[in-house]
Amino acid sequence: MSGFTAPEIAWGPMVPVLVVLLAAVVGVLVEAFVPAARRRTVQLVLTLASLAGALLAVAALWSGVERTGGTDVLGGSLVVDGPTLVLQATIALLALLSTLIFADRVAGGEDAFAPSAAAVPGSDYEELARSKGLRQTEVFPLLLFATGGMMIFPATTDLLTLFVALEVLSLPLYLLSGMGRRRRLLSQEASMKYFLLGAFISAVMLFGIGLLYGYAGSLRYADIAAATATPNGLEGLLVVGALLLLAGLFFKVGAVPFHMWTPDVYQGAPTPVTAFMAACTKVAAFGALLRVVYGMLPGMAWDLEVVLWVVAILTMVVGTVAALVQTDVKRLLAYSSIAHAGFVLTGVVALDDSGITAVLFYLLAYGAATVGAFGLVSLVREQGTGGDEAPAVLGEATRLPQWAGLGRSHPVVAVTFTLFLLSFAGIPLTAGFVGKFAVFSAAVEGGAWQLALVGVLASAAAAFFYVRIIVLMFFTESHDATDAGHAEVSSLASGTTAGAADGADPVRVPVAVATAEAERTTRTVVVGGEGLTVVAVAVCAAITVVLGVAPSPVLDAIASVGVLLP
Amino acid sequence: MSNFPWLTALVVLPLLGAAALWLLPAGARARARTVALGFALAEVLLAVAAFAAFDTAEAATHQLVETAPWIPALGVSWALGVDGVGLALIGMSVVLVPLVVLAAWREQGSTDGPTDRLRHYLALVLLLEAFIVLVFAARDVFLFYVVFEAMLIPVYFMIGAFGGAQRRYAAVKFLLYSLAGGLVMLVGVIALYLQGPGGPEGFLVENLVGLDLDPTVEKWLFLSFFLAFAIKAPMFPVHTWLPDAAQQAPAGTSTLLVGVLDKVGTFGMLTLCLPLFPAASRWAAPVVIVLAVVSILYGALLAIGQKDMMRLVAYTSVSHFGFIVLGIFAFTSTSIAGSSFYMVNHGLSTGALFLLVGFLAARRGSQQIVDFGGLQKVVPVLAGLFLVVGLSALSLPGLSTFVSEFLVIVGTFARHPAAAVVATLGVVLAAIYVLWLYQRVFTGPVRPELATMTDAGARERWVVGPLIALMLVLGFVPGPALDLVRPPAQESIAQLGVDDVEPTAAPWVAIPAGTEGSDQ
Repeated sequence: MSGFTAPEIAWGPMVPVLVVLLAAVVGVLVEAFVPAARRRTVQLVLTLASLAGALLAVAALWSGVERTGGTDVLGGSLVVDGPTLVLQATIALLALLSTLIFADRVAGGEDAFAPSAAAVPGSDYEELARSKGLRQTEVFPLLLFATGGMMIFPATTDLLTLFVALEVLSLPLYLLSGMGRRRRLLSQEASMKYFLLGAFISAVMLFGIGLLYGYAGSLRYADIAAATATPNGLEGLLVVGALLLLAGLFFKVGAVPFHMWTPDVYQGAPTPVTAFMAACTKVAAFGALLRVVYGMLPGMAWDLEVVLWVVAILTMVVGTVAALVQTDVKRLLAYSSIAHAGFVLTGVVALDDSGITAVLFYLLAYGAATVGAFGLVSLVREQGTGGDEAPAVLGEATRLPQWAGLGRSHPVVAVTFTLFLLSFAGIPLTAGFVGKFAVFSAAVEGGAWQLALVGVLASAAAAFFYVRIIVLMFFTESHDATDAGHAEVSSLASGTTAGAADGADPVRVPVAVATAEAERTTRTVVVGGEGLTVVAVAVCAAITVVLGVAPSPVLDAIASVGVLLP
Repeated sequence: MSNFPWLTALVVLPLLGAAALWLLPAGARARARTVALGFALAEVLLAVAAFAAFDTAEAATHQLVETAPWIPALGVSWALGVDGVGLALIGMSVVLVPLVVLAAWREQGSTDGPTDRLRHYLALVLLLEAFIVLVFAARDVFLFYVVFEAMLIPVYFMIGAFGGAQRRYAAVKFLLYSLAGGLVMLVGVIALYLQGPGGPEGFLVENLVGLDLDPTVEKWLFLSFFLAFAIKAPMFPVHTWLPDAAQQAPAGTSTLLVGVLDKVGTFGMLTLCLPLFPAASRWAAPVVIVLAVVSILYGALLAIGQKDMMRLVAYTSVSHFGFIVLGIFAFTSTSIAGSSFYMVNHGLSTGALFLLVGFLAARRGSQQIVDFGGLQKVVPVLAGLFLVVGLSALSLPGLSTFVSEFLVIVGTFARHPAAAVVATLGVVLAAIYVLWLYQRVFTGPVRPELATMTDAGARERWVVGPLIALMLVLGFVPGPALDLVRPPAQESIAQLGVDDVEPTAAPWVAIPAGTEGSDQ
């Protein structure tokens, strides 16, 4: 076996990924060797430093890639080109902001995660862990592993690496979803659901990869693309394999009909985790989808176009329509994220270079607004109004009626949330508008103007449910909830759905989730935490405004490197 | 000073005002009204200076031009410039704003408790003013679109947060109607860009005028733009949001909404639809003219039947917008000039009407006509003001509205006699809704519960007085104003590629009232 030669590895271009993964490994060691009292500080510093390091590394690589167009690494398993760097920077930035939300604690030192995730909900052991002040600091290394996987996912041009990256990013997310401090059963249900469906779709995708290998005899995108140029009688394998592979990617971006997990998982997972996965997973998965569609399958664009069109239209329509009747903020944002997946898909369908720039920009704009919005959700809490002298701050107030009157009581929070909603809705002078404009113009330019038309109509309908929250926050009086469920819901129904359509019956909205909290007498308060979430939200708001008013520098930067390397 | 960016200054000043109001330290918040009024008046002075810098002899060309790259990657520029029409509309708007501020002086609970609500309201008014100036000055289609959509947000809050009992419904309806129209226009905007030369200045209007468009494409593009403008204007059959919005909004908001904002619709038809899509405009003109005539009659008939004064005024505007659209799509320089002038006069007249109804409603606590009666003897000054303003709505000679309505009808008659004749019925109906309203509210026996109503105070006289004065001046001396709008109208006709039809070609028609103006 002396013939083995070590492969040439260019370490330089892989630094952004390596920094994050290395820090994750160190984070595991920290869990073992650092005293419990100091773990959180050490983990937090380590996580933030590694993500900032990844950003710096991307910046260092930037000019080289801009000059050369990018390089292959590891014999083509990874490609470090412009889109890779943009996506890695976006993921690192959004993960950095999410980390701040992960780490934040309210008065009393409670963060968003269960003190001991392994404890049975409601058991004595859990109560013991809580009273001892235990903390699940493993969330930071888990976040870093997931981030590392996400940074590889869009950079790979090799199906096997794609699959490995998918698992590396998914497994920590399954765990994180189940670690909610409050509503633990809901959280664990979300985790279970996510895991089962995720595992299933992984298998489907792996099968697709197998078929593609059978067709082309190679796992490299470029080889498969080359193979599609010459008919070899195995086209059935190609088509089925490609569809199964796309199904896996559609699952990750939350496109219809693979979206079922999204609302449940987004709602059940701890809000910081939701922020992280709603933003970063989507960025990573769309990056991978771009590379697959543009790099591997241009030869079968004709066959795939139908699929992409149908999925894009379905995603926009289903996401929008389902969001119209939600009564829980997190579920509503989940359905809105599905609709956004559809909007991004219109840019992907364009199949030209302006589409790549547009999609990359949209992902940044969407990610910033998403992290910001979920960050704010994590600050809006219930507070008991019982006879206690210092009523305890409880879980998040995610039922929409609880947000009534927030504009009066907490104007800054409400205005900031409104900013994110307007960005989601694509109102000019926010980042969301520029993103939407970019993807729709790419779609029109690519000849898919019908898709763009569906997109704008869906946007108009989507505006309704974003506006509904604004109505609720600013134009509806808050009730210091007496019968927390019904009085408010009916006032919501009469107040906001009256605008649904004149003459139509007001939509009767069911109370979202019958949790034990629905019976409890609470009022809505906004907590400041330790200020970390506030910082994250402020940065997201700044990004949303700056990208809306002066998107030029970022657009130019993306466009200057927006060419995928085969 | 010739290179001073007048238009940008006109945009920035109200923005500064809005920011100043929001950032006002807690101690100074009691003076929020004064600060807002100061900014609004300073804006008027700035507008006067901009008028001085504008060369009226060249009113057809866009002046005070500024062009700077904004988002080159998308082909978007910060391009401003006004011709006579744009300048006149900006002038009308900035005159209305201080009056709206003054009219809101005692609203929104300013007299009891901290003036905080009023402060937010006034800040939104100034923010809206900035957008208004920008939209009338935009010479870049994308910039126009951005402002067209962005200005919905302050209006939405002005209705939804400060309006009447059904304000949430009205605000949401307003927003969704406008957004739906706007988003369809977005597809048109994108498609238009792709038809044009592209590049970093691809959205400049002058780069998009005179494109050699495929006729089918041009028609679709025209429709996507026209739908947004028709909703905004609003025209029959997409007008239903307006009465709700106007009824529920505070009077000042209705003034700006109907008096100024809706002009963006007709202004867009005139400055974007006609020059960008001349062939499609000619193609659509017959249908548009029919819709305009329907708007005139339908709006007037519904106005007669209203029980709520704000709704009544809103429906009169539907009728008036019918006249404006009719004039624009009659394609004669006289009718287009009349429509342009009509836009200015309608802002003054309807604005004053909304404000006066607001004064009445504030006194009575109701906008319903049945709650009033015999007020003439109780509040003679208010009644007199109301009568004059009401007469302007039915275009009494001597008031500026007469000049513009006459020009529209005469100009239209030269090309479409039938449409003009039917439209004239709208004038008759106008007399009914105005005079009948006056009769029910101000004449008859004094209702006992109204006997103690106070007459118009100095503040209220100052609100309406300038508007009436302006209408009288423009009514008797329309020349200078017509000098602003006539050359752009001729330019529009030239861009449309139709032969102008002079009203004088029909010998039985009198010389239009405005012609002496063009000799000056």
